[in-house]
Amino acid sequence: MRAALPVLTVLAAILLLWYLAVAPMNIRGALDLAERSGRAVTPETPLARQDVSVWRLMAQNPGQIAAAYELDRPRLPTPQQVGGELWKTTGEMALRGRAMSKRSLIYHAAVTLRSTLWGFVLGTALGILGAVAIVYSRVVDMSLMPWAIISQTIPIVALAPMIIVLSSQLGIEGRGVPKAIIAAYLCYFPVLVGMVKGLRAPAPSQLDLLQTYSASGLQVFLKLRLPSSVPYLFTSLKIGIAASLVGTIVGELPTGAISGLGARILIGDQFGTPLAIWAALLAAALMAGALVTLLDLLQRITLKRMGMQA
Amino acid sequence: MNETIIDAQGLDLTFQTNDGPVHALKDVSLTIGKGDFVSFIGPSGCGKTTFLRCIAGLETPTGGSLSVNGMTPDEARRKRAYGYVFQAAGLYPWRTIAKNVKLPLEIMGFSREEQERRADRVLELVDLKGFGAKYPWQLSGGMQQRASIARALAFDAGILLMDEPFGALDEIVRDHLNEQLLALWARTEKTIGFVTHSIPEAVYLSTRIVVMSPRPGRITDVIESPLPKERPLDIRDTPEFLDVAHRVREGLRAGHAYDG
Repeated sequence: MRAALPVLTVLAAILLLWYLAVAPMNIRGALDLAERSGRAVTPETPLARQDVSVWRLMAQNPGQIAAAYELDRPRLPTPQQVGGELWKTTGEMALRGRAMSKRSLIYHAAVTLRSTLWGFVLGTALGILGAVAIVYSRVVDMSLMPWAIISQTIPIVALAPMIIVLSSQLGIEGRGVPKAIIAAYLCYFPVLVGMVKGLRAPAPSQLDLLQTYSASGLQVFLKLRLPSSVPYLFTSLKIGIAASLVGTIVGELPTGAISGLGARILIGDQFGTPLAIWAALLAAALMAGALVTLLDLLQRITLKRMGMQA
Repeated sequence: MNETIIDAQGLDLTFQTNDGPVHALKDVSLTIGKGDFVSFIGPSGCGKTTFLRCIAGLETPTGGSLSVNGMTPDEARRKRAYGYVFQAAGLYPWRTIAKNVKLPLEIMGFSREEQERRADRVLELVDLKGFGAKYPWQLSGGMQQRASIARALAFDAGILLMDEPFGALDEIVRDHLNEQLLALWARTEKTIGFVTHSIPEAVYLSTRIVVMSPRPGRITDVIESPLPKERPLDIRDTPEFLDVAHRVREGLRAGHAYDG
């Protein structure tokens, strides 16, 4: 409860700001609608209203502010509207047994989740292997590490379409594989950096101690370096899974994708249905939150079982 | 004199650093006999730790000769000639105390029953019986250091090399551990090489005190202690004790004379 209170306070503040922002964001739309239905608004035409600030519009038409909260296609929907849309496309459809319908966000979230997890597994594996190579080989350290850093400076939105085109050239069917590759591309880096740090965490005296036992390299790795890196690994995994989700959604954005939360966002944009965009966005955020929370839980359990103070 | 365990003759060690060569040890000659308790004392940079690391084969001398049990330090290490205790207890936080003590035994391939038996025995030896299932963070600093001594004793090495093992502990705990260490030494008849900053600690513990001085690291005095093997803590108030302490202090001062 002590931990929940600050979080809830921030959440309340965000919701309040959100509600306050809805009126100025939607006032033009509300006035257009009122004008079309024959009600009196000032100024009278959309053209005339163009040069007037939203604040003045609100001051001159206080009666229309309430309408700004109830538009069908708002610039900025209210949290309530987004929540309603989210429920309509998830829970309500699930109750009707249509959870896996193509109109259901559950279906799209599942598509995104699958690529995210594949990318996460692939990226984590690459990150750990890369870190081991870097820690054990000076040559790899000097040659690979700079490239790993450069790889993260390339904007993923620029790279994603190329990966998709290349993988279709290679005859890979569907979007699953290229999406997982994009996700892995974002995910491997935090894992790599964290694991390099973790594997190098043991103090020199601890390595000396093992040397006094004439321990083999493999023993040093398994008994000292690997366990030392576990706390670092989990921290990296939490960043990595969030990055994977971002990568997957970016991979779903280029035209052609029809399923996944990213595709929903794009389609919502193209068809002018902001509620769909916001619902997909909220679904993605909730999924990211759930995944990170899950890993956090796993971290606590693991560290506790290892006897380390979490 | 008893059988020679460690024999250093004209030992030299120069480190190449970015600021040029550092003469860490210069012409160090010393023999340590079986069952001796030898302390190395001197200001930082005098090479006392480096000398201990040479004995352990963690550093390679650039000149002179060094033998441990009649072998090179590397061979001696592979024959498990010594246990090493560092200033930091360095227990693995993810292992219980018993599992920490078993670490060298696992690496050296002892059977499970043997590991169990030895861990029990050495934990009793350092007065940590009943703490085997605890994790390091549940123990005080002094207890952690005792556990690390138990770990060094677990595989029955004849030599115990200790690098400022009690340096990070407070005076009261240190006194207590010094007493325990002497009792342990009497019971196990190990040969002990002990690096310290503290004059009373060196005098209280040792049969021989090696005074060293820096730049280049060298031995300036070797003092045979006239104190009896039985040493209650209040021996530190006797004239003999104060005499030895005085000589050590003189030795340290002489080594420092040129840079004052």
